[in-house]
Amino acid sequence: MIGTLSKFKSALRPIGHVNKILARNVSHFTYQPDEKSPNVDGERTKMNMFTAINNAMDIALATDDSTLLFGEDVAFGGVFRCSLNLKDKYGADRVFNTPLCEQGIAGFAIGVAATGAKAIAEIQFADYIFPAFDQIVNEAAKYRYRSGNMFDCGSLTIRAPFGAVGHGALYHSQSPEAYFAHTPGLKVIVPRGPIKAKGLLLAAINDKNPCIILEPKTLYRSAVEEVPVASYECELGKADVLMNGNDVTLIGWGTQVHVLREVAERAKNELKVKCELIDLVSILPWDRETVCNSVKKTGRVIIAHEAPLTNGFGAELAASIQEDCFLHLEAPIARVCGWDTPFPHVFEPFYLPDRLRCFEAIKKIVKY
Amino acid sequence: MLRKCFTIQSQNLFNNLKVSSTVTKKYFSSEVQFETKDFKLHKLNDGPKTNVTVNREDALNYYRQMLSVRRLEAASGAMYKEKQIRGFCHLYSGQEACAVGMKAALRPHDDVITAYRCHGWTYLMGASIASVLCELTGHIEGVSRGKGGSMHLYAPNFYGGNGIVGAQVPLGVGIGFASKYKGTDGICVALYGDGAANQGQIFEVYNMSKLWGTPVIFVCENNGYGMGTSAERASANIEYYTRGDFIPGIWVDGMDVLAVREATRFAVDHAANGKGPILLEMATYRYSGHSMSDPGTSYRSRDEIQEVRQTRDPITSLKEKILTSGMATEAEIKAIDTEVKKEVDEATKKARSDPGIKVEELTYDIYANDENLKLVRNVIPNAELPHKRFNTARNL
Repeated sequence: MIGTLSKFKSALRPIGHVNKILARNVSHFTYQPDEKSPNVDGERTKMNMFTAINNAMDIALATDDSTLLFGEDVAFGGVFRCSLNLKDKYGADRVFNTPLCEQGIAGFAIGVAATGAKAIAEIQFADYIFPAFDQIVNEAAKYRYRSGNMFDCGSLTIRAPFGAVGHGALYHSQSPEAYFAHTPGLKVIVPRGPIKAKGLLLAAINDKNPCIILEPKTLYRSAVEEVPVASYECELGKADVLMNGNDVTLIGWGTQVHVLREVAERAKNELKVKCELIDLVSILPWDRETVCNSVKKTGRVIIAHEAPLTNGFGAELAASIQEDCFLHLEAPIARVCGWDTPFPHVFEPFYLPDRLRCFEAIKKIVKY
Repeated sequence: MLRKCFTIQSQNLFNNLKVSSTVTKKYFSSEVQFETKDFKLHKLNDGPKTNVTVNREDALNYYRQMLSVRRLEAASGAMYKEKQIRGFCHLYSGQEACAVGMKAALRPHDDVITAYRCHGWTYLMGASIASVLCELTGHIEGVSRGKGGSMHLYAPNFYGGNGIVGAQVPLGVGIGFASKYKGTDGICVALYGDGAANQGQIFEVYNMSKLWGTPVIFVCENNGYGMGTSAERASANIEYYTRGDFIPGIWVDGMDVLAVREATRFAVDHAANGKGPILLEMATYRYSGHSMSDPGTSYRSRDEIQEVRQTRDPITSLKEKILTSGMATEAEIKAIDTEVKKEVDEATKKARSDPGIKVEELTYDIYANDENLKLVRNVIPNAELPHKRFNTARNL
């Protein structure tokens, strides 16, 4: 039915919000470049997120000849172009395609990393990571612990595009961060744009723990920033406070940060409510100090993520926040999330925790 | 070398029931030649030699190693029944010739990774019997400081000890790839059982390793039963040495340490010389159940086990070879028996008496040195324990 409607979209008269969400090619967020840049000297150049990631991997391959990069279609540049030209530059023995076998890729990568080499494995979509779940959760995360630190695979980095893109549907839009956040031994990271993506990826590659970096695929092309050309790292486990405010703390990661930024602007203009916007950046471990300091100041907190509500990472945040900030809270902790359904194709715009739902949550929380 | 030989016995060459190989010739130099069972080949024109030689020193060494593994497992089983060892415990008894024969053909820079039936391998790769038993009892002298237990044992070049059926095999391909990348000519032996042979990920890495010419030796230790299911009830094709399809394979009498060594030498030569992966099926047998919770008698008869023990036991077979060929005397064998028993008894005593690690170590070694994980929460109500790293990883 929606298909038929969109076919005749041009014939539809604007009927406000409903019409907007039917227009499937309209992005659910407006990207805003990072004002908070790392203190890196030297030249900067305009990069979108896939070029920034490409640049980070270029540096990693150039600085350590044990670094390998592999995954499905990676030698051809990858479906999102992140590894473009890297095979030509570093050779087919360092940048190569794998067959379509995620469990094999992850296990192979853990083996490579267990020898001390730096393994960067790309899982083509985070939705495809589940065949590798056993390898990541049972092999990678526990290698150090179960061997009493005799062996580990700390030089393993797994990259996977994730999150909604507007038309991805069940198997190209999911956000699986919470599954991995349940696993001590892993690090889970989500960048919000090119500058963070480069710095976090380099930090993950050099980190001595197995890291999963979930890259919001909708930002690959749409996010453009002035990115430092030199090598730099963004600290893992550290959240960024992007806007300061005393009324409501907004917490998100990845694409949702941009939704929340827009909502915060609107709340300031229309409701005179000043929001403090936090990009959690790192899901595991997460920056409890920054989050709780903010909530102690504002007393109100909204957590928004694309993944379903039940047992999403927001649940962990809410539980921890009430533990640390119970006497500071002025309203129940609110979560604006994907619904507890499979990620729907035709209902994708309804499913997302969009600016309208987030804005409603602010209105509600300040009136509580 | 003096190579004058003579036949010392006229046993029927094909009578492999009593001893798995038959003595054919003896050298004055104390090198003795034996005939192994035929190897079966898949996608190979030539295979390993069936007439193999062994000298006195090596033969006695293999005997000692196999006996040590047997006794180590007997001690493990006993301590498990006494509840000194808790959790899981999978014994290798009956399969000793596989590990000992393979280890004999590996070079110092070759790597090994296996599943959870790993006590014997850990010992062969350099860990002491005491450190294996201490790991099993969860004590501080254990190879993994008591944190891994029976399934997670490690040693130099030995990547464990892995608990998930089949999951270690892709790692083995990654480890083999690293040797190739570094140009060391090292190979990786990736072991799994006949049960794990049906795991999809093994087929993924058959493909990957062949595609990339990775120096890996896949070894299917076929002991006849995946837990309680016999091979023919679980596998459409029980010719495991052919299941790599495009990967050359060899069926090996896994009860004959010399056949295993010969096949492994052949496989090492194949993988280390750029011919890519190769698959060995070791036809073997386990005397115990799958794990300690499986008595091992509900899906096979006691007679079956007894028959293997009497006719194909790897240790008895080698002992007979040593004695009938005159490589050593009964008294010399006895002396080894006594020494091994003493070593295992002492190790058992140590494993029983050693203190366990302190509760603080619950939170150690989850991450590498990490500013973000100074405290681990929820380990004690309302208190946090510090995260620390204990020692330096061997592989970095």
